[in-house]
Amino acid sequence: MFDWKWDFTFEILPRLGWATLNTLIAAGGGYAIAIVLGLALALAQRSPYRALTLVVREAVEFIRSTPLVLQIFFVFYVGPQFGIRLSPWTSGMIAIGLHYSAYLSEVYRGGIESVPKGQWEACRSLSMSTSDTYFRIIIPQALPPALAGMGNYLVGIFKDTPMLSVIGVAELMHAANAIGSEHYRFLEPYTLVGIIFLAISLPSAGLIRTFEAWVRKRLGMS
Amino acid sequence: MEDYSNYPLQLDATDRPMVRFQNVTKRYGALTVLDNLNLDVAEGEMISIIGPSGSGKTTVLRMLMLERIQGGVIYVDGTPLTHEAKGGKLVEASERYLRKAREPIGMCFQHFNLFPHFTALQNCMEGPVQVLGLSKKEARERSEELLEMVGMIDKKDQHPSRLSGGQQQRVAIARALAMRPKVMLLDEVTSALDPEVIGEVTEVIKKLVKEHNLTIMMVTHQMGFAADISDRVCFFYGGRIEEQGPPKELFGNPQKERTQQFLSAVKSAD
Repeated sequence: MFDWKWDFTFEILPRLGWATLNTLIAAGGGYAIAIVLGLALALAQRSPYRALTLVVREAVEFIRSTPLVLQIFFVFYVGPQFGIRLSPWTSGMIAIGLHYSAYLSEVYRGGIESVPKGQWEACRSLSMSTSDTYFRIIIPQALPPALAGMGNYLVGIFKDTPMLSVIGVAELMHAANAIGSEHYRFLEPYTLVGIIFLAISLPSAGLIRTFEAWVRKRLGMS
Repeated sequence: MEDYSNYPLQLDATDRPMVRFQNVTKRYGALTVLDNLNLDVAEGEMISIIGPSGSGKTTVLRMLMLERIQGGVIYVDGTPLTHEAKGGKLVEASERYLRKAREPIGMCFQHFNLFPHFTALQNCMEGPVQVLGLSKKEARERSEELLEMVGMIDKKDQHPSRLSGGQQQRVAIARALAMRPKVMLLDEVTSALDPEVIGEVTEVIKKLVKEHNLTIMMVTHQMGFAADISDRVCFFYGGRIEEQGPPKELFGNPQKERTQQFLSAVKSAD
């Protein structure tokens, strides 16, 4: 009934290893996009230009209320109709980055709002420019409280990479599916995928907490 | 819309206080906090602003540094602060103009508002380097000199979280001075301090008054301190100056009933 084949397991391990690397690259690339774009969205929502604020707020709401898979399909299949032809890899990272930027913008917003009003006033009293105020004073202080949320979404993005298999990105899930249909054996590949995800996700939470403590200390805020 | 054609684009050299509030009105929504305020502060003058809470005294300082006004014009060093000249007329100042116009003003706050991720020295250097464009070396020399003056040079590499309230406030004073302001605003700088450290901050302020030709506007609840160092004391009530004069007269022989009531209430609370 339960026939786990060790030789098969070891045979497919290298292939899953490479796929893990691809998964990490996809997650990392998507996260990099999300981190930068999320900050831009958060700042845009605080700009004095009402129209910009409104458009960005609606866009964020829209992205958060529609499924990631739909967004992945949209970028990959609908993009070409508008002359935007992207590889599965690029579309995947853009879609996932865009999706998570909407969530991260909320995390940043919370972080920025947690900075006391007096800090803004101190910046004004020194006649600091808006960009110096944000990048030298406010964001460094908004970061530590935002790190926990940012870490959660890093794990989230990692766990969502299997969705990229639907457009043929050769990440873990895609590799496991391929192995399964080639050998008519699904137990080992899927189990291994589960273990790999668990092995990476579990320690991340602890690492993120350590990182948070380190950042606080670096900023002299502990 | 108020007609600004009656306001000069620049104050005359013969009649040029360091700070002039001319018919200044400040509202928060429907609430009028300051009503048609007229106040001149001469160069090098030290004025204290006292009054009950809600009298608009802190607003006087905030308008110079942090907020916009709804009527009138504020001049600093002869130049309009709240408005800028466009086509020979005064119009409401842009953010950009405001930032530049506020450069000669420094401010210290009740809760210090030091940057927690910077050391004491970095706090002082931030403005000179980022805003005034000084080199790191110049900014450091200037900042160390000021930290020396406020007695905080030993703690220059500490972050604010490692400093007591009194120490933080002294660093905040040094930070404001590092911008070489002509006008210094002190907003209840001792109100958040433990009684035993108030003295170290008031000593620094006394030193400032004595050794620098600064124009100082101070909002305070410490009547004794105000009496000690002010050239003039303004008593605010209901968004206007109810009474003002040299401390000896205002504290010793107040003319208005509200002033008398306020002073006796403060005295009995002490």
